[in-house]
Amino acid sequence: MALDTRPGTPSNSAAPDATRLVRDVRRSLRRRYVLVLAAVVVVWLGVFAARVLLGDVTVTIPDFVRIVLGADIPVASFEVMESKLPRAVAGTLAGLAFGAAGAVFQSMLRNPLASPDVVGVTMGSSAAAVVGMTAFGLDGIPLAVAAVVGGLVVAVAVLFLSGSKGVATYRMILVGIGLAATLQAVIQWVFTTTDVYKAQDAMVWLTGSLNSVTWGEILRMTVTVALLLPVVAALAPRLQLLELGDDAAAGLGLRAAPTRAWLMGTTVVLTAVTTSVVGPIAFVSLLAGPITRRINGGRPSIPIAALIGAAIVVAADYIGAYLVGTTNMPVGVVTGIAGAPFLLWLLLASSRTLKDG
Amino acid sequence: MTATEFVPPAVDDDAAQVSRLVAQDVSLAYGDRTVLDGLSVQVPPGKVTAIVGANGCGKSTLLRGLARLLKPTSGSILLDGRDIHEQSTRDVAREVGLLPQSPLAPEGITVTELVGRGRHPYHGLFKQWSKADDDAVAHALELTDTLDLAHRPVDELSGGQRQRVWIAMVLAQETGLLLLDEPTSFLDIAHAVEVLDLVTDLNQRGTTVVMVLHDLNLAARYADHLIAMCGGEVLCEGDAASVVTAANVERVFGVRCQIVPDPVSATPLVVPLGRHHV
Repeated sequence: MALDTRPGTPSNSAAPDATRLVRDVRRSLRRRYVLVLAAVVVVWLGVFAARVLLGDVTVTIPDFVRIVLGADIPVASFEVMESKLPRAVAGTLAGLAFGAAGAVFQSMLRNPLASPDVVGVTMGSSAAAVVGMTAFGLDGIPLAVAAVVGGLVVAVAVLFLSGSKGVATYRMILVGIGLAATLQAVIQWVFTTTDVYKAQDAMVWLTGSLNSVTWGEILRMTVTVALLLPVVAALAPRLQLLELGDDAAAGLGLRAAPTRAWLMGTTVVLTAVTTSVVGPIAFVSLLAGPITRRINGGRPSIPIAALIGAAIVVAADYIGAYLVGTTNMPVGVVTGIAGAPFLLWLLLASSRTLKDG
Repeated sequence: MTATEFVPPAVDDDAAQVSRLVAQDVSLAYGDRTVLDGLSVQVPPGKVTAIVGANGCGKSTLLRGLARLLKPTSGSILLDGRDIHEQSTRDVAREVGLLPQSPLAPEGITVTELVGRGRHPYHGLFKQWSKADDDAVAHALELTDTLDLAHRPVDELSGGQRQRVWIAMVLAQETGLLLLDEPTSFLDIAHAVEVLDLVTDLNQRGTTVVMVLHDLNLAARYADHLIAMCGGEVLCEGDAASVVTAANVERVFGVRCQIVPDPVSATPLVVPLGRHHV
C-alpha cells in the first residue's frame, strides 16, 4: 500500500485504475438494477394488459385503443370503461402506494416485518374511516381526510410510546400491534352498534376492494401518488443513510429525527389516502419489500417495491374477479389468502437468520 | 521583498497550529442524567489522541459531544472557533468524520456503495454523483487496502475487513478530523493492530484523529496524546509516559498494576495485579 506523505488535509487523488474500478463496479450494479426494474415493469404491464383485455369479455388491443379514444363498442366499451380499466388503474395506484410505503417502513425501521399495517398505521386509517362512514356518513375527500388523520395519530402515538430512540424498532412494532388490537376493537364495536346495511358497506370496504371504484376516486389517488411518490424518491438517499444507524447518519451530515418524521409523514398520507378509497388491501405493503430483496440481490429498492405492489394488486384483483368461483371476490380476500402463507414463510426465514446471526 | 509576501511566523510547527476542535466548559447529558459536567478539552492538531477510561466514565459521551451527536446542556463545542451547533450538519460533516461504535451495514450492500455513502455531505438535491466522488471512493479504498473488495457484499467480509471498509467510508468524507468510537472493539488482536496501523498511516498523511480506546496498552503505543477520564471528568492528559502511570491506572480502573516499558515501542505497558498468579 503506497501512501503519499504530503502534510495537510488528505488529497483525493486515486490511481486512475482504482477510480476506473470503482466506476465499473458502480455501473455494473446500476445495470443490474435497471434490468430488474425493467423486468418488473414488464411484469406489471403484462398483468395490467391481462386485467383490461381478458376476463369474461375479451377485448383486442386495437379495440381497447379505440374504446379508450372514445369509440362505442357494445358491451366491450362499458366493460372496459366502467370496470376493467378503472380497476386496473386503481389497483396500480394503490399497489404503488402500498409497495413504496412498505419498503420505506422496512428500511426506516430496519425490520423486514415492518410495514404500515404491522405498525398499526393502516388500522388507524381504517378505524377513523369506518367511524367516519358509519357514524358521520363521510364520503370522498372528507373520508380521505379522516383516514389521513387516523393514520397520522397512530404514527405519532407509536413514535411517542416506543420512545425517542429510533433504533428500538421491535418495541415500535410491538406498540403498533397493541394499538392495532385496540383499534380493531373500536371497529368491532362500531359494527355491533351500527345499522346492518351501513356495517355491510363498511365491511366490504374494510376487506379491500376495487369493485366499485370510480374515476373521481382514481383522480384523487392519482394526485396523491403523483405528488408524494416524488417526495419519497427525493428522500430515498437520506433513507439510505438512516439505514447505517442514527449516529453514522448524523456523522454524514443527516439529522435523523426530522428525516424520519418526513418519511413517516409522507408514507402515512400516501397509504391513508389510498386506503380511504380501496380499503386496507392486506399484505401488499408487507410483501412487496421482501419480494424486491429476493429478486434484487438482497437489496431493498423503493421503485421496484412500488411496481411489485402494483403488479400484486392488479393480479389479485384479476384472480378475484374471474378465476375464483362466479362471485366478484374483493381483492383484499385474495391477497389475504395468498399472503398469509407467505408471511408465515417470512417469519420462519427471519427467525432462522436471527438464530444464525 | 514586497509587503504582501507571506512571512512564516517564527515558531515551530506544532505551536503554530491551533486546535480545530475544542470543548469549552461542556456539560453533556442523556435526558436528565448528566454524564459530563463542565469539561474542557482541546484536540491537539495533527496528532492521534486516545480517550481512555473505565466503562461508563463518559469517554464515548465526550466523543459524541465532539461529533455533534449530543447537544451540550451548557458550554460549547467549537469547530474552527465557531459553535458546532450553529453550523449546519452538512458543513460539519465536511470537516469532521465520525465512525460510531457499531454502525449498521444495510442488507446486501456492496463495499463500493457503502464507501460511497461517505460522499453524502457533498451531494444535494441537484448535485448528484460525479467523477470526483468515484475518485474519493477509490482513494479511500486504496488507503484502507480494500480495493480488491470493491465489488463484494459487506455481509460476506471478515470483522477486520469490515472495519477497514467502515473506515474507508469515513475517509471518503475527506475530512481533516476523524473521530473513531472504539474502532477495535469487536476485533481480534491481529485486526486491532491492523486498524491502529491504518490510523497511524492516516495521521501521517495529516489527518487529526481522536479515538476512544479500551485497550490501554494499544492506546499508549498508538496515541500521541492521551486523555484519561474518570467519573465524567478529565483526570489527566498528556503523552503516554505521563498519563499511563501506576497511580493513574489505579485511580481510573481501580486496579493495582506495574508499569513496564513495552519491549517493542518503549511506551508504558500496563501489567495488572489481580489476587491470583502474582
